[in-house]
Amino acid sequence: MDINSASVIAAALAIGLAAIGPGIGQGNASGQAVAGIARQPEAEGKIRGTLLLTLAFMESLTIYGLVVALVLLFANPFA
Amino acid sequence: MNLTPDQTIYWQRGIITINATLVFTWLIMFLLVLGSWLVTRKLSPSTNISRGQNLLEVLVLGIGNQIKEVSQQEPKPYVPFIGTLFIFIAVSNLLSFIPGYQPPTGSLSTTAALAICVFFAVPLYGIKKQGLMGYFKKYYLQPTPFMLPFNIIGRFSNTISLAVRLFGNVMSGTMIVGILLSIAPLFLPIPLQAMGLLTGAIQAYIFAILAMVSIAAATTNN
Repeated sequence: MDINSASVIAAALAIGLAAIGPGIGQGNASGQAVAGIARQPEAEGKIRGTLLLTLAFMESLTIYGLVVALVLLFANPFA
Repeated sequence: MNLTPDQTIYWQRGIITINATLVFTWLIMFLLVLGSWLVTRKLSPSTNISRGQNLLEVLVLGIGNQIKEVSQQEPKPYVPFIGTLFIFIAVSNLLSFIPGYQPPTGSLSTTAALAICVFFAVPLYGIKKQGLMGYFKKYYLQPTPFMLPFNIIGRFSNTISLAVRLFGNVMSGTMIVGILLSIAPLFLPIPLQAMGLLTGAIQAYIFAILAMVSIAAATTNN
């Protein structure tokens, strides 16, 4: 396997694997937030703010994978 | 496809290159300086204030409140630094609804420069607050001196993750819009651009809050 096809497979693996963990985490967080709002509808504003912040934190883990994938595809240091 | 605005080069002679990142950073600097000059030229302490002064007061007070919430300290010494980071990143992300504009935060050089500012601001604030020995004891020898290498690694990885998080978010936003423009250019990119505005604002907030968290870790005593 030459370096180009290896990079393409590695990019796919990078973004695919990096999406698993944050996906599970964001599902958990959103579910808990919905449960919290259902129990206490008056706290919705505060819960939404915190939820958006934590979601952005989890999102950034996938974004790391995306950056690695894009670097492998468009700015590969080895090819 | 252009990955970052670094690759759009307007002028080049020798090693000096003027690329889109620089030009748009200058544009934002100009806008911010002009705006704050126009507003602060005629500040008034009365209740009858101009719109611009109202906006700036809300911004400064809001940033101060957030800093107080995160660090449990008087926000005054931190507002200039954290506020500048927040306003610069927010403006550079939010202006991306203008056609032809490339957000300078979508370039790793800009975000790395901002993260390096945070990297140096943390020891500056820490030493100013607790003295040299207090800072090193508090920040590098906690919880035991054996953790010293991990604390040092943590400082660097923190900086790198700050830079890559902002870069990746902004760059992926513009890239998704670019890909959609090439396959379904009518209407479909609009909701994604709107979401790009939302994530841009949230990322500016997160960058400022994370910078404040690491400064607070170096300045609090316990």
